[in-house]
Amino acid sequence: MSPILEVDGLTMRFGGLTAVDGLSFSVAEGVIHGLIGPNGAGKTTTFNAISGFYRPSGGEIRLRGQVISGQPMHEVARRGLVRTFQHSTLFAELTVLENAVVGTHMVHRPNLLAAVTGSDRAARAEARERARAALDFFGLAGQENERAGDLAHGHQRALGMAVAYAAGPQIVLLDEPFTGMNPEETRAMMVLMEKLRDSGVTILIVEHDMHAIMGLCERITCMSFGKLLAEGAPREIREHPDVIEAYLGGTHHAA
Amino acid sequence: MLRAVIGIALAAALVALPHGLSFSQQEILVFLTINVLLVASYRLLTLTGEWSLGHVVIMGVGAYASALFTKQLGLFVPLSMLLGALTAAAVAWALSFPLFRMKGFYFLIGSFAAGEIIRLLWKRFRDPFGGPKGLKGIDPMPDFSIGFYDFDFFEPVSYYYFAGTVVAVCLWIMWRIEHSPVGLTFHAVHWQDKLAQASGIDVRAYRTRAFVIASGFAGLAGALLAHYIGTINPNSFDVEVMVFVLTWAIVGGTATFYGPILGCVMLTVLNEIVLRELGFEQMRPLIYGAVMILSILFLPKGLESVVERLVGPRRARA
Repeated sequence: MSPILEVDGLTMRFGGLTAVDGLSFSVAEGVIHGLIGPNGAGKTTTFNAISGFYRPSGGEIRLRGQVISGQPMHEVARRGLVRTFQHSTLFAELTVLENAVVGTHMVHRPNLLAAVTGSDRAARAEARERARAALDFFGLAGQENERAGDLAHGHQRALGMAVAYAAGPQIVLLDEPFTGMNPEETRAMMVLMEKLRDSGVTILIVEHDMHAIMGLCERITCMSFGKLLAEGAPREIREHPDVIEAYLGGTHHAA
Repeated sequence: MLRAVIGIALAAALVALPHGLSFSQQEILVFLTINVLLVASYRLLTLTGEWSLGHVVIMGVGAYASALFTKQLGLFVPLSMLLGALTAAAVAWALSFPLFRMKGFYFLIGSFAAGEIIRLLWKRFRDPFGGPKGLKGIDPMPDFSIGFYDFDFFEPVSYYYFAGTVVAVCLWIMWRIEHSPVGLTFHAVHWQDKLAQASGIDVRAYRTRAFVIASGFAGLAGALLAHYIGTINPNSFDVEVMVFVLTWAIVGGTATFYGPILGCVMLTVLNEIVLRELGFEQMRPLIYGAVMILSILFLPKGLESVVERLVGPRRARA
């Protein structure tokens, strides 16, 4: 498979601190790819740079061969790369359906004049249809009129993914999707992600939960202190001496 | 059906209303009508989460522009009113470039500073703005007839009907905007601008859009005011008026479309009828301040929350 996303020599500096230092890796199309590393390794910074939240200090990021680094987040989203956020970042005051309708923004661009004259009725209906389909996909069909902030934690996470899915992305970046979840919710979430992958969307996950990531990802990139440490299949990563050392520190693996 | 009946009854009441009032109360009614447009446009601006302190000055831009279009170019008054609104929108668009580099508190202060700069320009340049004394002898709206009713703009009742119609159309347009996908996007930008951006929304463009549209309506309110009172000066649009607008919006509540309008109407009634009758008119800023503090303490979600409790929750957007 050809790579859908290429990170090439990415560097992020904040003042004197180099959070990411010449990182390169690529994500193949149609897979679930994991990005792991111990605390402070620069995973989230990498993530923010890819999604356009930060402007990289150096290096290049390409989506299907097109350079996306340096573009603002909404431009990156319009090229087909949509991210989710840590915790339950949602439009808490809006209903579940309204959240998903906002997700369809790129597909059905709102038009001011049509909104006043009412000539956008068909587009509005289509946007709602698409939003409902996204909710259905993530098992939220029965809750569309609830306030998003009132949903259970697991459902809020699923809604976050539904909002991203409604945008019709080619690749989704999930930022620590398993944080604060119990094992049951984690399992349910893993099923949803596999479903998402099977629908043709490539997934890149940043995660702490090693257990979930080993069971889910086809390929894993491990970074430490802002640099690439190892890359490979889950088994290779699990047995890689550098990874074990980075996570456990010192000579523990010798025991 | 029920809504249609309520709507017709409300329209009939608004048409009949001035005939039960004294001349000076009719004049107040005209100001109230214009202020309803001002405060409703202010709410449109706040939909994206940014509160401006320059809104009244933007209203003044519409007033000055419309007055100057008639005085200097001799344009037909209704046309110059529309051009005044467009000028206010254009000025807001130009201001959006520096202002929307800021958010929240910084935007608030920035908008105040921008407004004061505009006011200083009016004061500094006697030609064309008339300096501190402002513009006088602004052309009134020309009289006209629509068959069954003759508009005689010497009468406040006629101007009330004219302004009321304009304001009603504007409110309808604003209501349509809010209850459309565009309005939903405004809300999305307000509640989570990061997630909105990740959904492909150009947050800055939408903030600008809300600011420009709201400013256009505020400018129209200013034009309606200028051609009614015939004289405007920089102090007609100072921060004291802005504080009244903020008070109306906060006391009424900004979660619903009608909240700020309710606040504006209630406080005007309180001010003009109750305080004036009691001879407390000079204490208006004091009473307004007290009302604002009391409402923040005891009615933090505004008068609209009382109505919502009485009528029951209704929700429909998008």
